Amino acid sequence: MAAFAPARGLSRVFDSDLWWSFTRSPVVVVSAVVALTMILSALLAPWIAPHDPFNLATLDLLDAFTPPVWLEEGNWRFLLGTDDQGRDVLSTIMHGARISLFVGFASVLFSMTLGISLGLIAGYLGGTTDAVLMRIADIQLTFPSILVALLIDGLVRAMLPRELHDQIALWVVIFAIGISNWVQFARTVRGSTLVEKNKEYVMAARVIGLSPVRIMVSHVLPNVMGPVLVIATLNLGFAILAEATLSFLGVGVPPTQPSLGTLIRIGNDFLFSGEWWITLFPGITLAVMVLSVNLLGDWLRDALNPKLR
Amino acid sequence: MFAFIVSRLLQAIPVMLTVSLISFAMFAYVGDPVTIMLGQDYTEAQREALVRELGLDQPFFIQFIEFLHNAVQFEFGLSYRLARPVSDLILERMPATLELSFTAAFLALAIGVPMGVYTGLYRDSWLSRFFLTISLIGVSLPTFLIGILLILVFAVILGVLPSFGRGETVAIGWWTTGFLTVSGLRALILPSITLGLFQMTLIMRLVRSEMLEVLRTDYIKFARARGLSNRAVHFGHALKNTLVPVITITGLQLGAIIAFAIVTETVFQWPGMGLLFIQAVANADIPIMAAYLLLIALLFVIINLIVDLLYYAVDPRLRGGLRAAGGR
Amino acid sequence: MPLLEVKNLRVEFPTRRGTLVAVDDVSFHIDEGEVLGVVGESGAGKSITGVSIIRLIEPPGRIAGGQVILNGRRIDNIPLEEMRHVRGKEIGAIFQDPLTTLNPLYTIGHQLVETMQTHLGIGDKEARARAIRWLEDVGIPGAAQRIDAYPHQFSGGMRQRVVIALALCAEPRLVIADEPTTALDVSIQAQVIALLKRLCREHGTAIMLVTHDMGVIAETADRVAVMYAGRIAEIGPVREVVKHARHPYTDGLMGSIPSLSHKVERLTQIEGSMPRLTDIPRGCAFNPRCPKVFDRCRTERPDLMKTDGPNLAACWLHAAPGRDEALGHAA
Repeated sequence: MAAFAPARGLSRVFDSDLWWSFTRSPVVVVSAVVALTMILSALLAPWIAPHDPFNLATLDLLDAFTPPVWLEEGNWRFLLGTDDQGRDVLSTIMHGARISLFVGFASVLFSMTLGISLGLIAGYLGGTTDAVLMRIADIQLTFPSILVALLIDGLVRAMLPRELHDQIALWVVIFAIGISNWVQFARTVRGSTLVEKNKEYVMAARVIGLSPVRIMVSHVLPNVMGPVLVIATLNLGFAILAEATLSFLGVGVPPTQPSLGTLIRIGNDFLFSGEWWITLFPGITLAVMVLSVNLLGDWLRDALNPKLR
Repeated sequence: MFAFIVSRLLQAIPVMLTVSLISFAMFAYVGDPVTIMLGQDYTEAQREALVRELGLDQPFFIQFIEFLHNAVQFEFGLSYRLARPVSDLILERMPATLELSFTAAFLALAIGVPMGVYTGLYRDSWLSRFFLTISLIGVSLPTFLIGILLILVFAVILGVLPSFGRGETVAIGWWTTGFLTVSGLRALILPSITLGLFQMTLIMRLVRSEMLEVLRTDYIKFARARGLSNRAVHFGHALKNTLVPVITITGLQLGAIIAFAIVTETVFQWPGMGLLFIQAVANADIPIMAAYLLLIALLFVIINLIVDLLYYAVDPRLRGGLRAAGGR
Repeated sequence: MPLLEVKNLRVEFPTRRGTLVAVDDVSFHIDEGEVLGVVGESGAGKSITGVSIIRLIEPPGRIAGGQVILNGRRIDNIPLEEMRHVRGKEIGAIFQDPLTTLNPLYTIGHQLVETMQTHLGIGDKEARARAIRWLEDVGIPGAAQRIDAYPHQFSGGMRQRVVIALALCAEPRLVIADEPTTALDVSIQAQVIALLKRLCREHGTAIMLVTHDMGVIAETADRVAVMYAGRIAEIGPVREVVKHARHPYTDGLMGSIPSLSHKVERLTQIEGSMPRLTDIPRGCAFNPRCPKVFDRCRTERPDLMKTDGPNLAACWLHAAPGRDEALGHAA
C-alpha cells in the first residue's frame, strides 16, 4: 500500500512515540498480529489451504454438509466442515479472505489516489474548480457511501451485458467502493495544500521558474501522510465491510470468486436447516478481520493525533 | 426563523436538481428502456410509437423538464421488471421501511445517548470499558452478520421470534402499520435491533467523545468552581453542549439507517423500499432505481432541514445571524 | 486566625517520564479582606496553586501533600460533595479567558440565578432581582434587559464583568482570580481590576490575585508571593517586595517594570528562562540564572527564611549566622 512508501515526514514519526504507544498497548499488538496473520494466510492461500475449493475435480458431493471436526459427524479432513458442494469451509474462507482483502486494499488505494489528486487540485487551483469539487464532495457526503456504491454497481450492471459484467465485476466493486470514499482524503489534502500554497518556498519556486505543482506535491504529501494513513486504515475496515455487504446483497463480486460476504450469503440459506458453520465461520473471520483493522486505525489516530473530524 | 427555513430550502434546491439530473441521466442513457419494455418481438412501427410515447425523440433539455414535471407529481413510469407503476410499488413499501428505520433510530438514540453520557462521565469504570468493547465490536460487525446471528439465536435456536416478514399489518388509508398488532411488533424486534445496533454504537462513541471534550472546557470548570451540583454540571451544562454535534451526526445517521435498511430488509425479507431497490439493482430496473434515489434525496433534505431547525433551537449563537450557520 | 492557610502544599503530575512536581512545599496565608498577589512566569505553579485550593486540578494532577485550611477547617481532604458547598459559597473563582468561561448555551441571567439558588436558597423572583443588581454593580449597562442575553452577545470585557458577578454573587469570603485580565484588551484591564478591587472591598472579600503582571500586583495587592519553578521565592508586603526585593529573582522581575524612579541599569531582563519542571536544577532552582550565585546555591535548596526586612525569601544570601534555620512554615 502506497501509504507505507518511505516518506520523510513519517520516518520521524515512527522512531519513538509511535513505537512506544504501540508496544504499550497489548490490544493493539494483538490486532496487528491477527491482521498480519490474516493477510499472510490470505496471500498464501493457494499454497497453504488444505484443499482447493475451486478445483471441481477434487470436490465430492458425498462430503457435502460435513460438520466441523469437533462435532459428532465431523472428520479431520475438513476442520471447519464443508458446504453444500462439499467444499472445505476453511479453504474457502482463506480464498474468500484473499478476495475481501484484495478488494479492500485496492479500493482504498483507489479512493486515496483519487482523493489526494482532487484535494491537491482543489487546494492549488482554488476558485471555481475548488468550489465545484467541494460542492460535489458535500453532496456526495449527504448520501451514505454504501448507497453510492450500490448505485454505481447497479448503473454499471445496467450498462454492460451480463457476460461482460461478470468478468469485470471485481473491478466494478473496487471502483464503486473506491469512488464512494474519496471525500475524506480530498478534504484533508486540500486543507493542507491551502496552508502550504501561501508559504514562501512555493512563491520562490514560482519566481525561479520551477513547477510549483511539483514542489507542492513533494512538500504537501509528506505533511499529510499521517492523517492520510489514519483515514486509509479506518477506510480499509469500511471497504472490507462494504464489499462484504455488496456481495451479501448479491451485487458484489461474482459467485465464481466468492469473497467472505459471498460465503456468508451462500451459507445463510442453510442456517435454518442447521448447517450453521457454513455461514458462521466466514462471518467470524470477517468480524475479526475488520475489528483488528479498526483497532489499529483507532490506535493510529490517537497516536498520531491529527485533527481529524 | 422563517428566513432561516427559506434559506435552508433554497440551499436544498441544487442538491435536488443534481440528484434529479443523475436520475434522469440514468433513465435516458443507461440501458435501452424501449427494448426492455417491448420484449423480444416487436415491429419497427411499435418501436417508434413507443419512442414517441415516452418522449425519447425530444431534445435532452425538454426531456429533463418533462422528467422533473413527472417527478414532482411522483410519476416515474413502469418498472421494467414488474411492469407496474413505480410510484405504486414504492408507496406500497414505504411504510414498512419508514417504520423500521424510525424504530431503529429511536432504539439507537434511546440507548446510545445514555450509554455515551455514562461512558463519558465514568470513563474508568468497568461498565464503561464493557460498553466500549461492545461498541467496538458493534462497529466492526457488518449489519447483515448481526442480523444473521440474531436469527440464528432467536429464531433458529430459541425459536421465540419470527425471522422474516412484517407479521400482520393494519391499513390506515394507504399506510400499512405493523405497530398495532402483536405479530407486527414481534416481527419488528430483530430487524430494528439489527439496523439500530451499528448506529447505536456510533452515537454512543460520539456522545462519549463529545462529553469528554466538553468536560474539559473552561465553562464546565467554571460551573464546578461555582459549586453547582454534579447533576447540574453534567446534565445541565455538559450534555446540552454535546447536543449540537450529536444532532448533526444523528441526522446524517438517520440517512445511513434508511440506506442500511436495504441490507436489513434483505436479511429479514422485510417488504420495504430497500428490498425493492436491491432487486432493481440486481435486475437493472432503472425506473425504480431512479425513483428510489430521488425519494431518498428528498428524505435526506427533509432530515437535514429538521436537523438545522433543532440546531437553531439548541444553539443561541445561530439565532444572532444566518451567516454563522453556514459552516455547519 | 487567617481566612485561608496553605501549608506545605505539594501538587504532582504523574507522567510517562516520571512525576512532575508542579507545586512544591508552598505555604502562605490570606487574611480577611486582604489582597494577596501571586506572581511568577508561566509554569511557575501559581495557577495550579490557585485551582488546587478549590480542588479543580485537571487529572492526572493531584494534591500529594500539605494542608489547605479555610476558617480553621481543612478542606483539602473533605469529600467532594462537601467541597461543592465551599466552591462558589466560600471561595469564588475567576478564570483567565472570559470568552470560554461562560456556557454559551445559557443566558447570563440563568447562570447567575442558578449559582445563587444553589448556595443561597432563594426563590426565582428574588434571585432574578439580585442578578440584575449584580449586573448593575459590575457595570453592565441596561442590566434589566441584558440579563436575558447570551454570552456571545457581550464583548470580552463585559463578559469578564459577568464572570466577576458570578464569582461574587454567592457572597464568598475569598475570590481566587486566575489571570483575570490577561485575555482582555489592554485598555480595559485596569477597569476590570479596579472593579474587582472595589467590589471586594465593599463586600469584605479577600482576593488571591494570580498574575504574571507585576504592575497589576503593585497597584492592587497588599502582600505578594513570588513563585519560581513551583516554589515561593519571596513573600512579603507589596511595597517591600517591589522596592526592596530580597531575592535576586524578584529583583530581576522588578527590573521588568519600567519606572521613572529606577535607574536605567535596573531595567534589565533576567538572563535565560525558567527551567522546565522535568529538569529543575539541584540546589536553588534559580541558581543557573542568578547573578549572585555562590557554591551553596548549587548544592542545597533554600527554604523561606527571614531577611533584614519584613519579607521572607528563599535565598542563601540571607542565611546569616544565627538565623540559618529554614523558616518554611512560618510564612
